[in-house]
Amino acid sequence: MSKKKDITLNINGRDHNLSVDPRWTLADTIRDHCGQTGTHLGCEHGVCGACTVLVDDSPVRSCLMFGIQADGKKIRTVEGLANGSEYHPLQKAFMENHALQCGYCTPGFLMLATGVLEAQPDISDDELNDVLSSNLCRCTGYANIIKAVRAAREEMRKTS
Amino acid sequence: MATATNRMLGHLGDSVERLEDPPLVTGKGRFVGDINFPDQLHMRIVRSAHAHGTIKSIDTSAAEAFPGVIAVWTNADIDDVPPIDFREGSDPTLALFRQYPLARELVRYVGDPVAAVFAEDPYTAEDAAELVILNIDPLPILINADETPQDFMGKATTEAAVVEQGYGDIETTFANAHKIVEIDVKVSRHTGVPMECRGAIGRYDEARDVLEMYGAAKVPHRNRDTLCRMLNRPASGMHLFEGHTGGGFGIRGELYPEDVLVCVAAIRLGRPVKWIEDRQEHLMAANHSRQQRHIIRAAVAEDGEIVGLDDELYLDQGGYIRTHGTRVANMTTGTLPGPYRFPVYRSVCHFRLTNKTPAATYRSPGRCESTFVRERLMDAVAVAMDMDPIAVRRRNLISLEEMPYGRALDVLGDSVEHDPGDYAGLLDQGLAQIGWEDLQKQLEERRANGEMVGSGISMFFEKSGLGPSDGAKIFIDNTGCIEVVTGGASIGQGFETAMAQIAAEDLGTDYRRIRVVHGQTNRIDYGVGAHASRATVLTGTAVSLTAQAVRAKALDMAAELMQTTAESLTITDGAVHSKNNPTGPSLTLGEIAEALLPTSKIRGDREPYLKGEEWFHIDHQTYPYGHHIAVVKVDPDTGGVEIEKYFIAYDIGRSINPMMIEGQLVGGLAQGVGGALFEEFTYTEAGDPQAVTFADYLMPTLQETPEPEILLTEDFPSIRTPLGIKGAGEAGITGAAGAIASAIDNAIGIPGAVTETPVSPQRLKKILREHGK
Repeated sequence: MSKKKDITLNINGRDHNLSVDPRWTLADTIRDHCGQTGTHLGCEHGVCGACTVLVDDSPVRSCLMFGIQADGKKIRTVEGLANGSEYHPLQKAFMENHALQCGYCTPGFLMLATGVLEAQPDISDDELNDVLSSNLCRCTGYANIIKAVRAAREEMRKTS
Repeated sequence: MATATNRMLGHLGDSVERLEDPPLVTGKGRFVGDINFPDQLHMRIVRSAHAHGTIKSIDTSAAEAFPGVIAVWTNADIDDVPPIDFREGSDPTLALFRQYPLARELVRYVGDPVAAVFAEDPYTAEDAAELVILNIDPLPILINADETPQDFMGKATTEAAVVEQGYGDIETTFANAHKIVEIDVKVSRHTGVPMECRGAIGRYDEARDVLEMYGAAKVPHRNRDTLCRMLNRPASGMHLFEGHTGGGFGIRGELYPEDVLVCVAAIRLGRPVKWIEDRQEHLMAANHSRQQRHIIRAAVAEDGEIVGLDDELYLDQGGYIRTHGTRVANMTTGTLPGPYRFPVYRSVCHFRLTNKTPAATYRSPGRCESTFVRERLMDAVAVAMDMDPIAVRRRNLISLEEMPYGRALDVLGDSVEHDPGDYAGLLDQGLAQIGWEDLQKQLEERRANGEMVGSGISMFFEKSGLGPSDGAKIFIDNTGCIEVVTGGASIGQGFETAMAQIAAEDLGTDYRRIRVVHGQTNRIDYGVGAHASRATVLTGTAVSLTAQAVRAKALDMAAELMQTTAESLTITDGAVHSKNNPTGPSLTLGEIAEALLPTSKIRGDREPYLKGEEWFHIDHQTYPYGHHIAVVKVDPDTGGVEIEKYFIAYDIGRSINPMMIEGQLVGGLAQGVGGALFEEFTYTEAGDPQAVTFADYLMPTLQETPEPEILLTEDFPSIRTPLGIKGAGEAGITGAAGAIASAIDNAIGIPGAVTETPVSPQRLKKILREHGK
C-alpha cells in the first residue's frame, strides 16, 4: 500500500483538506472522502462520461484522473451548479425538456455542457452534437438532451 | 371523476414536469452507491475465468491473510444457502439448473461467482480478490444453443426445457399450401446495460431481528418473498428498500447472487456489507438477453393470406436458469403471431443452456425477438408472392370487427386476448402522416442516382398490465399532506409523477402536493413493482380507485361540517367547496383530516383518518399496438448505416403524461437501434467474453440515434382498465430491428439480405461483397 499524501481539493469553492492514497481516483475521492455523491460512476474507463466534472473549468472524466492530481485545482461538480435555490439554466432546461429519466448520467451531461457553453457561448448545433456525443445516456434517446442544451445555450447568452 | 371546473395542472393527460427531477439535476439523488452505513464492509466477488469446469480447489489463504480482509467465502462457507429460486415460485422441472450464490461443484461461464472477499474498504477487497486461486478441471465448452446439447451434471442435458405453443393442424395446412416460404434468422446476444451498475447493501439489526437490503429495484416485494423463502425468514423480518435507480430495462432488480450474499454476510459477519458492481463485471455478470435462432416457415395462399405459421427456435439461456424460469420462451412463443391472424400456428422453443452469462428479460422480452423474426418473414412472403410488403401485411392483419380477438396462446399465465384496436386504421394514419407514396418515389429516384437508400416497416402488438392484482394506500394528514403508498417501483420511468397525476385528478389537488412512496417493503404488504409495462396500468388504476374512495370520504365528512350534501361539493386546489360557489366557504383537506382523527368528537361513527386502501384486479393483460417505419442510407464503402428518418405510431389507449410516454418511445428506440446495428456479446470458442468494456460493447451515442416522429393515438382505450390505460414502456424498442433490417434490404436492393442482428459494418460489408456490390 502506498503512503498517503496530504492535499487540498477545492470543490465548489470549499476547501477539503485530505490525506489521500495516491491511487484513489478523483471520482472516488470526491464521492467517498468529500461527501459529494452527485458525481456518478458509469464505467470507470473513461467512455460513458457520467463522472464528468469541471477541473479548472474544463470538463474532465473524474474516473481517469487521480485525486492527488487535482491538488490545488478548482473543481466544480453538479452540487455547485445551482445558485442557492435558483437553478442553473441547464438544470432548468433539463427539467423543462424532459432530458432525464433515471437521472444517473445527468450530472455528467450537465457538467460537460456547462464547461462547453461557458467556453464557447456561440457554439454551433453541429459542434454541440459532437461534444455531447462523448457521453452516454441509456434512457432518453438523447433528443431531449439536445433540446435542453440548445435552450440553455440561448438562455445563457441572454444573461451573460 | 373531476369536473371541468376544478381542472388544474398535473391531472390526466397533462405533460407536466416530473416530480423526480429536482433532486436528480442537483446531485441530491440517493443511488445505492451513495448510501453508507457506519462500520460497513465492502464485498468483492471473485469470478471464474473459465467457461466450464469442475472446481477442484479454491485457495483463499493469501487473500485471508491480506491486511484489512475480514473474511473470504467460498460455497463451502455457505453450503446451507440454497440456489436462487424462481420469482414466481418453485418449479421442480427447472430446479436443477438454478445458480448458487457461489458456485458449488461447477463453474458454467466466465464471470460465475466462486468466492466473496469482505474487507474494510473497496480497494482492499479488490486487491485481495486477485489473490484467490481457483483450480479447475476443464469440461467441454458449449457456445451455441443450436448445437447438440451436452450432459448437465449427469442428471439431464443442457436442453433444459422445450416450450411449445400453437393451435390448428400444421401438417395438413402446409401439405395443402399454395406456397411455403422459409427463413432462418438470428437475434444476437445483447442486453439492457443501465448506466448505473448494480449494487446492494445488506444490514442486519440483531436487536429487532430484521434483515434489510438496500439497492432493490424492479420487484422489491417479489425479491423479499424469494429471500424469505431461501433464508427461512418471515416477511416482517426482511425489508427491501429501493432508492434512486439508474435505469432498469428488465435486467436490473432481479434477485442475483450478489444480493443474496450481502444479506447472508450481514447476518453472519455482524456488520453492514456493501457491494458495488463495476462495469466489467456488469457486462459478464448481469443478465444477458435476446439470443435466439428461428427457422420459421409460412404456408401462403394464392392471395397472400398466410394460412399457417411454423416456427422452431433455439434460445440461448447461458450458464444457468435465473429468476425468470422460461418466461422469455413463453413470451416468444406466445406473442410471435403479433397483429396478424395466422389461423394455424406452432412454435417450438428449444430452451438450452450454454457456457455463457445467464440470460433473462430485457425490455420487450419475447416481443422484440419475435417481431424481428415475424417481420422478416412478412417481407420474405412479399418477395415470394411478388406483392407489396404493406399489402401482405394488410391482407393478414386482425380486423377491428374481429376484436376482442382471443387465441389459444399463453403469455405469462394469461390467455392472449387482443384488446379492441384498429391495426389497419393506425397503419393508414401512419402511412399518410409520413407520406409513404411520395417517400417511395423519392427513394426510388435516389437509388436510380446511385444512392443506397431504402425504407422498411415493422408492425407489432405489445402486452402490458400483467395481473392479477395490485393495491394502493392514500393517507392525508391534518396538515393536508397527501401520501400515496404503492408497491410499485421507479426505475427512472417517471412513476412518481404518473401516480401523483392520477391521484391528483380525483383528489382535486395540484400533483406537486402529493408524495409517492414505492419500493419500500415495510410500507405496504404487496407490490408488483415495475416490469412488463404494468406499473401505470395496474398500480395506477389501484391509485385511482383509492383516490376516489378517499375523495368520497372527504366529501362525506365535509358535507356534515358544511351542512349540505356530499353531491353538492367538489374539491379544488386541496379545498372542498360548493360546486355552485367556488369562492364561497371551503374546508381544506387538512381540516377534514383533523375532523377525522381518532380523538375527534365530530367524526361520529366514521372510520378514523382521511385515508383509504383499494385494490384493482385485472383478468387479461392489455394489448397496445403500433408500427415503426425506418428510412436508412447505407455507405457501401464502410458498411455503415445512417438512419435518416424514423417514425413510430402507437395507440396508448389513454395518456397520463404524453411527454413521458414519448420519452419512453424515444428512449426505447435508442436501445432498439443499438440492438439492430451495434450491440453484441461475442465469445471465443473457449468461452471468453469479448465485450466486457464500453470500448467493445458499443451503445448508440447521440450521433447514431435518430429523433423519431411520433404519432401517439388514444383511439382505443383499453376495455380492461377503468381509465383505459395501456402500457408505454416497451413499444419504442419492439419494432426497431424489424424496420431497420427491412430498410437495409430495400436500400441495398437485396431482398432478405439481413438475417442476423446487429447489422454491424462487418456483417453488412460481407453481404455487399457476397452480392458483388
